[in-house]
Order: sequence, then structure tokens, then C-alpha cells
Amino acid sequence: MSQSSDQVTDPYASSRETTEGKVFSVTGGDWDSLVTEIGATKEERVVVNMGPQHPSTHGVLRLVLELEGETITELRAGIGYLHTGIEKNAEYRNWTQGVTFVTRMDYLAPLFNETAYCLGVEKLLGITNDVPEKATVIRVMMMEFNRIASHMVALGTGALELGALSPMIFCFREREKCLDIFEMISGLRMNMAYVRPGGVAQDLPPNAISKIRETVRELRRDFKDNDSILIGNSIWMGRTAGVGYLDLAGCTTLGITGPVLRSTGMPWDLRKVQPYCGYENYEFDVVTADTCDVYGRFLIRMNELEQSLRIIEQCADKLEKLEGAPVMVADKKIAWPSQLALGGDGLGNSLDHIREIMGSSMESLIHHFKLVTEGFRVPAGQVYTAVESPRGELGVHLVSDGGTRPYRLHFREPSFNNLQSTSAMCEGSLIADVVAAVASIDPVMGGVDR
Amino acid sequence: MTKEKDLAIGHGLFGTSDTGDTSGFGGLVRIPAHPGSTERPYGGYFDDVADDLERAYPDFADAIERVVVDRGELTLHVKREKLTEVALVLRDKLRFEMCLGVSGVHYPNETGRELHAVYPLLSMTKNQRIRLEVSIPESDPHLPSLVEVWAGNNWNEREAFDMFGIIFDGHPGLTRILMPDDWRGHPQRKDYPLGGIPVEYKGATVPPPNERRSYR
Repeated sequence: MSQSSDQVTDPYASSRETTEGKVFSVTGGDWDSLVTEIGATKEERVVVNMGPQHPSTHGVLRLVLELEGETITELRAGIGYLHTGIEKNAEYRNWTQGVTFVTRMDYLAPLFNETAYCLGVEKLLGITNDVPEKATVIRVMMMEFNRIASHMVALGTGALELGALSPMIFCFREREKCLDIFEMISGLRMNMAYVRPGGVAQDLPPNAISKIRETVRELRRDFKDNDSILIGNSIWMGRTAGVGYLDLAGCTTLGITGPVLRSTGMPWDLRKVQPYCGYENYEFDVVTADTCDVYGRFLIRMNELEQSLRIIEQCADKLEKLEGAPVMVADKKIAWPSQLALGGDGLGNSLDHIREIMGSSMESLIHHFKLVTEGFRVPAGQVYTAVESPRGELGVHLVSDGGTRPYRLHFREPSFNNLQSTSAMCEGSLIADVVAAVASIDPVMGGVDR
Repeated sequence: MTKEKDLAIGHGLFGTSDTGDTSGFGGLVRIPAHPGSTERPYGGYFDDVADDLERAYPDFADAIERVVVDRGELTLHVKREKLTEVALVLRDKLRFEMCLGVSGVHYPNETGRELHAVYPLLSMTKNQRIRLEVSIPESDPHLPSLVEVWAGNNWNEREAFDMFGIIFDGHPGLTRILMPDDWRGHPQRKDYPLGGIPVEYKGATVPPPNERRSYR
């Protein structure tokens, strides 16, 4: 980096000449020299790199902003900083192990990734209708808790980025309760790999339903804290109302789904229009807004929390009647031979099963070994399955070549598509509105980059 | 229903191919195949979609190579020269307003049609889903870009280019999106080398991934 000698050398704000014009590198600290230097140039147009390490971009998202004063004339988003090659990796693992990979894509909605993937595998296997009812109800309940947890992060961090600190405290308190439920049921708080092809990994622990009911009561009570802080708050309205405008035509052509689409008044929710996992048997409403802006999306997320609680209550009712029912398909060629059990040293194969394969049945041992190391075969073909994740349509394109591993696994991530709309939402608006617009899209970079 | 011969024939089990095979499973031969063309009736709303498309698009018989209905999903295999026309008719006349991206698939054994691009389409007006599939040779990996038809395909096509090397002609800025700009090769192709180095640990050597049995 060259530094002309007549300038003051500032370790935090240096500048250099390039073919594109003068480039200033700002890394924090003293901005005085930068302001003096920029003031000396004739040009009004400034290009600013926001991110990839920026606290308001929800992870490693890079935004290239072209500014005239404080108005954005062009915005481009750069992604790929969190690319982990999950789709490629999954091609070298068996179908059951795939769950462990996909759960790490959109890390705020792991259960949606798992369920979408498992619905795809089950469709390829042709066992969609054989999945036990209890497993389906547990999936729905876990997904709805996950929706609450994910919306809590969206709302909390969104408010935090706009300068409201208290909602974040409340939101993470609520999210914690959802994670406690995950921990109680699956043993893990995130990336559970709990939903498996054919069902779920293990049954509910004793007393789970009463704990779930208690949590629902607490959540319903505590959501009011956020409502009272944000809804109708004039500062919050000032930052969000009319900001990040995107109408229905823009949403359809850009392939936008989820709360952003519903903020245009379109009641498109896959749980209602193309039900999966038996969502047609639950009573709930699709929440919409008609403002096409950040405030509308915020209201949609707030109101979806109550709908999720309604679904969870109905799940709890169903689960009470399904005490002792199986949670994995009966087909022994697909279901793992043992249900896992929680022992004194953590989660593992149940002791009864170990006693059987080690002591009495050689065939069980062989079967267990084959199924766990090699996995089951899936007939050749391709499917596309979609679920309504907190961010929109989460689609899975799965191709099988008849083997024990996915031939191709592709996730149609709602964050990936929705993030494209940042330019449409932000160009022509003020730089401060970018933060609000990105927060309202709620992208999760783990899902965007996969 | 006919079967396609597009997948690699599998030999053996557990990766044993030499004389060390004591299980006998090494002699197994598996001939996997994707489901082939379907004859009418297709069932459900698929017949309506095909009828409407035939009516709205006179070149139907020429443009659509085959129709596959499998596991309750309809796939139209489209010739690449006709892709844009078909997409426009589907969007404007059949009201498939939304394209949910493009997913590349690499079939190295399908000579002359190694690369496939799969477009899931969604009609919110009619609540229908169909799928377009285009296959192109690896030696000439060009496809017309559909960004003009569905603007949201922009990043998806960049991803398919990045991962599979499919070149979308007419794309406004076809650059890599997930991999670094100066990356060489297209990682999700089946013949992409996995690389890696052997790792020595306590005297034993763990071979690099591309030599391990579980990666072959």
C-alpha cells in the first residue's frame, strides 16, 4: 500500500490510488483524516464495502454499496464466505448420515432442513404413508418450536441492529426455552439430526408433554413483553414503516417466499396450500400484511408465533393419545435396529439391543452392522419436496442412482433466493435502511452458502 | 414404463474387487436406471398441464423430448434450443409464475448428455408444480439463460455455473458465486478430484480422501 508523503499517516484510515479512483481503507479508530481527505475530492460517488465482517449483516454477507451522499444508487450482495460444500459431502455419506449434514445448513432452522430432506428420502423410497403418525406429530411440533426459535433470532437481532437493545434480551430468553425443549427431546440444542428417514431418532422422554404445555404457557405470557415494546412504537415505526418495499410482482419474479411474500398480502404458506406432515389436520391461520415493507414482515413474524403455539398445543393433544406408539417405520430394512436410549454416559444404543446382538442373535448383529455401515438402498429417481421454513420455501432436490448414498442433493434455500431482493429493496433508499431491509429478509448465511 | 440407461453399473459390495473377496459379494452386478418416458394418461393435473401446453405451444412435439411422471411428479424434458420459448409459454400462458432455481446434475455415463439442468416450477395461481429438465453434452455446456424470464434465477444460474460449469448464454453477469473467483474446476462434477494428502498418525497412515474406499 503506497502512502504519499505529504499526508498524515493514519494506521486505521489509509488511502491509495487505483485505476478506479482513490480507495480508502477504514478499519475503525480515528475517522478525522478520512473525512478531511474525502472532503478534498470532487467526486460525489462513493463505493462502500459493507461486510463480510459486519455486525448488522447476519453473518458473513458482503454488501457493495454505491452511494451518492447517503442515497444508495447501486447495491450488490457478495456471498460464498461460508460455503462448506455440504451438498458435495453428502454424496459420500449414506442416506441416514445425510441428516447430520443438512441440519448444519440453515443453522437457525435445523429441524426444517432435516424434515425436508427426510420427506424427500421417504418419497424416493415410497414410504411416505408408512411413517408412523407419532413421528409425524413430533416432527410438526419440533418444527413449530423451531419456527419460534428462529423468529426470535430474526426479531431480536433485527431490533438490535436498528438500535433497540431490550427486544434482543427478551427474544433470546424465549429462544432459550425452545432450545431447552430440543435438548429434552433430542439431547441437543442445535444441529440435532433428530429427524431420520422413516421417522425420528427416538421417542419423547417421560413427562415431555407436561413440560411442553408449561413452556407454551410461559411463551404466550412472555411474548407480550416484546409486543409492548415494539408494536406501535414511534421510533420503531419510523425505522421500519415504508422501508424495504417489495411488491407481489417483484416477489414472484425474484422467487421470494416466506414472510417477505406474505407481507404483500399473498396468503402463500405451504403448510396450508400444499400440506405435508399432516398440516391439513391442524387449525391455524396464515398471517399476512399488506404493507410490503419491513414493518409488515416484522408484524407477520410476531403474529406467526401465536399460530405456532396453537399448532404445538394441538400436537400435545395428539401426542397424549399416542402414548407408546412407534416413532419409526416398521420396515426393518430401513429403520435402524434399535431406538437410542439415554444412559448414564450419554446417548447410545439401548442396553436391551446390545444384549441381544452381542449375546443371543448373530443375525441381528450382522443386520445392524450392514444397516449402520452401508445403509439402505434407495430406488433410482429424482424428487423435489418443499416445506415452509421460517424464511420461505425450503426445497430439496434429491437424485438417487439406486445406491446407498445420494447421487445429488440440492437445497433450494429460501435465504439464498430472498437475499437477491436486497438490491430491489434498497436501491434509492438511505444507507441506514439497508440494515432494516436485510434484517427483514432474515438471511442465514449457513443456508445461503451451504 | 421403460427404463433409461444413464447410470453407472455397480459391481460388487464393500469395494472389494481383487482376490481378497471372501464374501462372494464381489461378484454382484447392479444395473440401476432412472424411470423412462411415461405414456398418457399421466394422472392428476399433469394431463391438464400437458394439454394446455400443447394448445398454447404448437411446437410441443418437437420441443419436449419426453415426459416422465414418477413418484407423483411431472418432468418435461426440453430441448435446449426451445428452453426459452417453453419457459415463456409456461410463465405467460400456463401461469407458472415462479421458478425455484436450477439444480445441476452430472451423469458422466450418459454420453452426449452428461450435464442436466433441472428447473422446479411453481404456479401459485393454480397451485401446481412441474419440473423442466434439459440435458447437454459436457463438450458444449451451453444453455440459454432464463434470467430474462424469471429474474430470480440469476444467482441460481451462477451457482450451477460455479458448481457444474454449465454456461448460461445471455446471463447478465455469469461469475462464480460460492467458490473464490480464481477457483479452477467445477466442484460438484462427479469427476472433480477430491484431493487431500495422506495423514500419518502414530505410525499408521490414513490415505487421502480420493483413495479411501468410502469415497470411491
